Amino acid sequence: MGYGSIVKVPFGPQHPALKEPENFTFEIDGDIIVNVKPRIGYNHRGIEKAMEARTYIQNIYLAERICGICSDAHTTCYCQAIEELLNVEVPSRAKYIRTVIAELERIHSHSLWVGIAAHEIGFDTLFMHLWRDRETVMDILEFVSGNRVHYAMNTIGGVRRDITDEMIPKINSGLNFLEKKIKHYINTISNEPTILKRTVNVGVLKPKDAVELCAVGPTLRASGVKNDVRKDDPYAAYDEVPFNVITNDGCDVFARIIVRCEEMLESIRIIRYALEHMPSGMTRVRVPLVVPPGESVSRVEAPRGELIHYAKSNGTSKPERYKVRSPTLANIPALCKMLMGQHVADIPIVLAGIDPCFACMDRVAIIDLKTGEKKVFNFEVFRRHIQKCYRKH
Amino acid sequence: MAIIKEAIKQLLSRPVTLKYPFERVAPPEGFRGRPVWDMRRCIGCGLCSKICPSGAIEIIGKGKEAKIKYYVDRCMFCGQCAESCPRNAIAMTSEFELANYSREKMLYEYEREF
Repeated sequence: MGYGSIVKVPFGPQHPALKEPENFTFEIDGDIIVNVKPRIGYNHRGIEKAMEARTYIQNIYLAERICGICSDAHTTCYCQAIEELLNVEVPSRAKYIRTVIAELERIHSHSLWVGIAAHEIGFDTLFMHLWRDRETVMDILEFVSGNRVHYAMNTIGGVRRDITDEMIPKINSGLNFLEKKIKHYINTISNEPTILKRTVNVGVLKPKDAVELCAVGPTLRASGVKNDVRKDDPYAAYDEVPFNVITNDGCDVFARIIVRCEEMLESIRIIRYALEHMPSGMTRVRVPLVVPPGESVSRVEAPRGELIHYAKSNGTSKPERYKVRSPTLANIPALCKMLMGQHVADIPIVLAGIDPCFACMDRVAIIDLKTGEKKVFNFEVFRRHIQKCYRKH
Repeated sequence: MAIIKEAIKQLLSRPVTLKYPFERVAPPEGFRGRPVWDMRRCIGCGLCSKICPSGAIEIIGKGKEAKIKYYVDRCMFCGQCAESCPRNAIAMTSEFELANYSREKMLYEYEREF
């Protein structure tokens, strides 16, 4: 094995394999990773604080812009939190429409990710083919909601647009095409030696570790653990729609690809069922602009895993505190475990394996520039620190 | 092997991308493009300016004499203004080619004609 000397290799914040600025320090023995130190905080955008300065209606669009890929998951989560505070029941047609949009988004996010995974292992042909076919689902989303990325479908108390009967044949024909294509890709991926050699037994995460390190979403399900917010704590119309939670016992990157591909097929089934059994009625209820005081937590299964939003209201038209825990943050400890014992060449594919979205999860890190020491402040210490800084300037 | 078949099939068919300025795809119905104000309907309540999440709408004056300034460079095309308007005076058009070299040209003003 190694050469007996351990070398530290910084990876990021600017690195060709990472699309977003984040830093990992790898301790390498020869070609094998023996230790990983993640360092987050390069891409903090202050969205939680910005939310406190805007009204509840304006915050829907700010929440949507936390992530460009799971924009619908964030608004669903936000609207559910505020609806709980307002004690409003969403009409059941709106719940079905939310389910349809959420699943269309899952298809687009997963096909984007499978493309990225193919790109990370240097298989650009598959990447191009997947992204070509992904346009079908993007077109459906644009056709239904009026925009390709930021759908702006959800609002507090329901959805803003209806899915009419005239739209359904077009959605169905798109879904039929996608189903055929996804089956073709599953067949391609599981028989292509290039992919198998780069992904089987790479980035292994044992079920026990996955549960202990609190992994979420497809990362956890690819380790054979049946866990899905849609099943465990149903929101929208998931309690009325029958579906299976996809798992795989492979525990490696290959299993993560297969889980995501099969989830796309499951999503198509969910959309078909939801469109067929959609109840008639209103799509939204009018809600007051002022929210009564209280606290609420809402959970949603975003394409990347469990997403948690927390809202605290003080009885005005603006939230007092808002908190977002996006799935990537929960997957970081599991990611470090996966990287242990891997070859340097496998870093990009293992990193991409959790479908990272670093900008969504970033936290503030306070670092003493002189000593390089990282500090964690509680509120009281932080307040005193700010006062000290203000006095200086 | 399936991937090679697919790649050759794609190689022999025409590209999926369009040569954009020469070939265009019309946006679908219900697309949220630049909002336009119908000043005959506007009552100058200022709700659009108050609700706008990105501060793209400014209202000068009150009531029927109100003048609306719309900054397209700030707009994020959510369509909340059109939804909140009590008189349905705002409509989202399908216009999307709104980029410009100067910010002054990205300001649209609406005034009631008498």
